[in-house]
Amino acid sequence: MNLSDFIQSSYIAGLSGGLLIGIAAAMFVLLNGRIAGISGILAGLIDADKGDKIWRVLFLLGLMISPFVYQIAFDLPAVTIDAGTGQLIIAGLLVGLGTSYASGCTSGHGVCGISRGSMRSIAATLCFMLAGFITVYLTRHLLGL
Amino acid sequence: MLNINAFIVGLLFGLGLIVSGMTNPAKVIGFLDLAGNWDRSLAFVMGGAILIGAGAFAIAKKRQRSLLGTPMQLSSITGLDKGLIIGSLVFGIGWGLSGFCPGPAVVSAAAGQPKAWIFFVSMMAGMTIYNMIERRGK
Repeated sequence: MNLSDFIQSSYIAGLSGGLLIGIAAAMFVLLNGRIAGISGILAGLIDADKGDKIWRVLFLLGLMISPFVYQIAFDLPAVTIDAGTGQLIIAGLLVGLGTSYASGCTSGHGVCGISRGSMRSIAATLCFMLAGFITVYLTRHLLGL
Repeated sequence: MLNINAFIVGLLFGLGLIVSGMTNPAKVIGFLDLAGNWDRSLAFVMGGAILIGAGAFAIAKKRQRSLLGTPMQLSSITGLDKGLIIGSLVFGIGWGLSGFCPGPAVVSAAAGQPKAWIFFVSMMAGMTIYNMIERRGK
């Protein structure tokens, strides 16, 4: 691959987006002393025992406003969602249950946990990646969903 | 200040997800599709994030308090358990079925994707169900 292919490819987009996510996670842990884990922040909103709702709501608002801020300068990238309604409902339930049981998702374990060298997060990431690979193999190549 | 920073972090995080391509489920599934036309660009997302994150967490681990004076709330749990492994496998199945993980689902729902709302509502239901089961166990 030559340089122009590399720059025009999605590798640069992936890397730049990743750096932004890294900066966000760094700011959160250094200033607030907290893990920027989206599933944990969401789960804390519905847990009556968690009294610290304000920062969670504000984090969520920041996340929700991001597509509108992005649109000030650029067109939002195209989004393709192939899964049907039933599949999305099942997937949503599994993601909600799974991330709660595992205390983290792609952000909490995959980014923050691995960054701090947590064996638990490395194991969690290997598990959800493996399950993702197998699920896509089964649905796309064996079942043809 | 803590609350303002939470808002800024949420915003930056969301922008990172959009720039990286993570908010497009078809792209995520392309990354998970090892046997197909594998899109490895999303590996750069995690790589880029960890590159910055590793430095920040190395500093954070040495501190008792954050720069704004709040206690460092890093997990002290070590060792693997059933919840971590089974939960992560279950999450991975849902991720592979939809191409959504929690952050991108919130961003896409906010951007007005009806299908992202279906996923998001159902994910929140999953979290609520887990919460109820856990409560009953106590």
